[in-house]
Amino acid sequence: MADNVTASADASSATSSGPAAGATRQGRPAAGQSAGGRRAAHSDLRKRLEIAFFVAPALGLFVLFVVWPVITAVQMSMFRWNGIGPLENFVGLDNYARVLNSDVFIGSLVNNLIIVASSIAIQLPLGLAIALLLNRRMWGQGLLRTIIFMPYVLAEVVAGVIWFQLLQPQYGVIDTLLEAIGLTPPPQGWLGDMDLALWTIIVILTWKYIGLAVILFLAGLQGVPDELYEAAQLDGASWWQVQRKITIPLLGPTIRTWAFLSMIGSLQLFDMVWIMTRGGPANATSTMAIFLVNEGTNRANFGIAGAASVVLFFIALVFAVLYQQLIMKRDTKGGA
Amino acid sequence: MTRKMRGASAVALGATVALLAGACAGQGTADQDTDDTTTEAAEGGDVTIEWWHNSDTGEGKEYYDQVAADFEAANPGVTINVQAQDHEDMLTRLQAAFQAGDGIPDVYMSRGGGELLREVEGGLVRDLTDDAADTIGTLDAFVGQYTVEDRVYALPFSMGLVGFWYNTDLFAEAGIDEVSENPTIEEFNGYVEALKAADIDPVSVGAGDGWPAAHYWYYNVVRECPFDTVEAAVETGDYSDGCFITAGENLEDLLETEPFNPGFLATGAQAGPTSASGLLATERVGMELAGHWEPGVVGGLREDGEVPDWLGWFAYPTFPGQAGDPADQMGGGDAWSVSADAPDASVDFAEYLLTEEVQTGFAELDMGLPTYPGTGENLSNEGLRQLIEVRDGGGQAQLYLDTRLGQSVGGAMNDAIALMFAGQAGPQDIVDAIEDAAAQEQ
Repeated sequence: MADNVTASADASSATSSGPAAGATRQGRPAAGQSAGGRRAAHSDLRKRLEIAFFVAPALGLFVLFVVWPVITAVQMSMFRWNGIGPLENFVGLDNYARVLNSDVFIGSLVNNLIIVASSIAIQLPLGLAIALLLNRRMWGQGLLRTIIFMPYVLAEVVAGVIWFQLLQPQYGVIDTLLEAIGLTPPPQGWLGDMDLALWTIIVILTWKYIGLAVILFLAGLQGVPDELYEAAQLDGASWWQVQRKITIPLLGPTIRTWAFLSMIGSLQLFDMVWIMTRGGPANATSTMAIFLVNEGTNRANFGIAGAASVVLFFIALVFAVLYQQLIMKRDTKGGA
Repeated sequence: MTRKMRGASAVALGATVALLAGACAGQGTADQDTDDTTTEAAEGGDVTIEWWHNSDTGEGKEYYDQVAADFEAANPGVTINVQAQDHEDMLTRLQAAFQAGDGIPDVYMSRGGGELLREVEGGLVRDLTDDAADTIGTLDAFVGQYTVEDRVYALPFSMGLVGFWYNTDLFAEAGIDEVSENPTIEEFNGYVEALKAADIDPVSVGAGDGWPAAHYWYYNVVRECPFDTVEAAVETGDYSDGCFITAGENLEDLLETEPFNPGFLATGAQAGPTSASGLLATERVGMELAGHWEPGVVGGLREDGEVPDWLGWFAYPTFPGQAGDPADQMGGGDAWSVSADAPDASVDFAEYLLTEEVQTGFAELDMGLPTYPGTGENLSNEGLRQLIEVRDGGGQAQLYLDTRLGQSVGGAMNDAIALMFAGQAGPQDIVDAIEDAAAQEQ
């Protein structure tokens, strides 16, 4: 920890010395330079202490609650451990082999990837359409925005319980309504049918999270200068052309940030699925986080859970880094 | 889909993931010696006993408070700190206490099997064989599930059975005039057909929670395998005896008759009116396979909160040519364990909880099926008295196999059985799952 503090203090003093060096180059007298150097050294030390003082508590918490658990998880993943007593039974990478050879884990990973892809594929066009619609001046605009955003504010657990009840086979509201209009709901129910359960959950996730996409896109739309629209209109562009050539390109950074959040959230998905299906039926809706909790909390296979968490960490890390490098790079560059 | 995150960085993600793992795991290096204060207090004369139980509502809670007060009055210097808590909460807290090696109560509920084995191996639970020899002698018929290598680690205070709880009204409506207390599988299939013909969903099962579905396979094992065969298999991890396959085949046959409620793969066990117990309680299905807790659960799920008059009970069906003793049953119970570092007075208290007097009151309130010989007659509920007859009828009781095998193997087994319910696994897959998980534990 102490190393980190020094490192960051060094880093910041390096940046802060930049302008001073520039000033010297602009031709200060030698005497003044040495005096300034001494003052600079003094204030450098002071700055370092200040930084150390202010950063230490946050860094301490970060190490305690982030770095240390990560290290513990990695350590745990090398042992077979049932939760009681010391870590003794060292098994090397065996837990990793078991995780990666587990059909359930691979199935969970595939489910996560399906959710990542479908969330973006469904919510992007839908969110964009709703945002463009709600961006027009119309009656009840505020009310509509609130309605769209409402599910996002709802706790995931609460939403899960509500949908679980609505989707009850036979006696649930949705099945009753479907029957009333002459349709036949699936006999095993929406969440009990292995082919339908995952897609049912994706629909509910869309309902839950479309609000975030819409609100972000709406915020992004406010940043598109009116002059551009006016200029386009003067040039005789149609509404569609304006959206395609101006609005959507200028929304690019917002969309890319949203997609990143969506992706990370999809990889971590747990609560909603746990409430509605516990990963069932027959693991059809299991996610990596569900696999991890099942193995760890429910079966006391803490080594396997540790290995799964490290694998999940690396998958998310690879996604995040690739996304930052390949897709978000131009945004961050433009911003700097 | 997205979830709200404060920083969209990979580091934050890693933190969350690792925190989750860390939270699951607790810490491996915590030392196990604890509760110095209680031990010291014991030496000084004044003793506090920490007692955890799960009768956290109504008359049961009042009764246990009274029991604790009586013991305090009879033993000056002893204070009992009673903590009545919800069952699931209690299990979570116990698990956390065992992992941390800290804050373990002096007297607590044990369910036996693999969980107890884990506590014994961790040196966390007290050997009661000599200290409570008299009480153990009285409860002899029930201590088997709490014995590890001939040493007894818990005193069973309730021992129940799993069987079919059924709605006598709906059975009558379906024209089933005679319901056998020990039906054969043909008779059972007859009930299912009759109920279906009367447009009643025959059986509810909470396969969404795993274990209620798994009970079917366990019971098939009890029916098809001699008791000693199961014991040997648990001991060695070798489940190659053909009876385990037959148990799976019997389950497949049952599934083919489609006896279960629509959506059973996603149905929960006992929470709310749409759970398996809820469907029975609200008179939407004919029957459910469940343990001795069912009258209480069903009553709790009805508007008036009362155990309905129509609730009847019959044993799990027997199979032609089965190798298991037809009198054998599957069930489980609860027992009082004393933690390794508890003051000696805790053993006295645990023994007091198993006196005829305390067990009689326990029975009168239908808090469970008492184990002290003869006290079962005091049960208020007729269905439960019927269970006592079957339980004490000479057969042996196999503990729920998932509890018996412990969380790790039990979880893998339940998963494989749930897959069979979904048509995704065959009889051999279940056996393979158990053997594989058991091999990992060796």
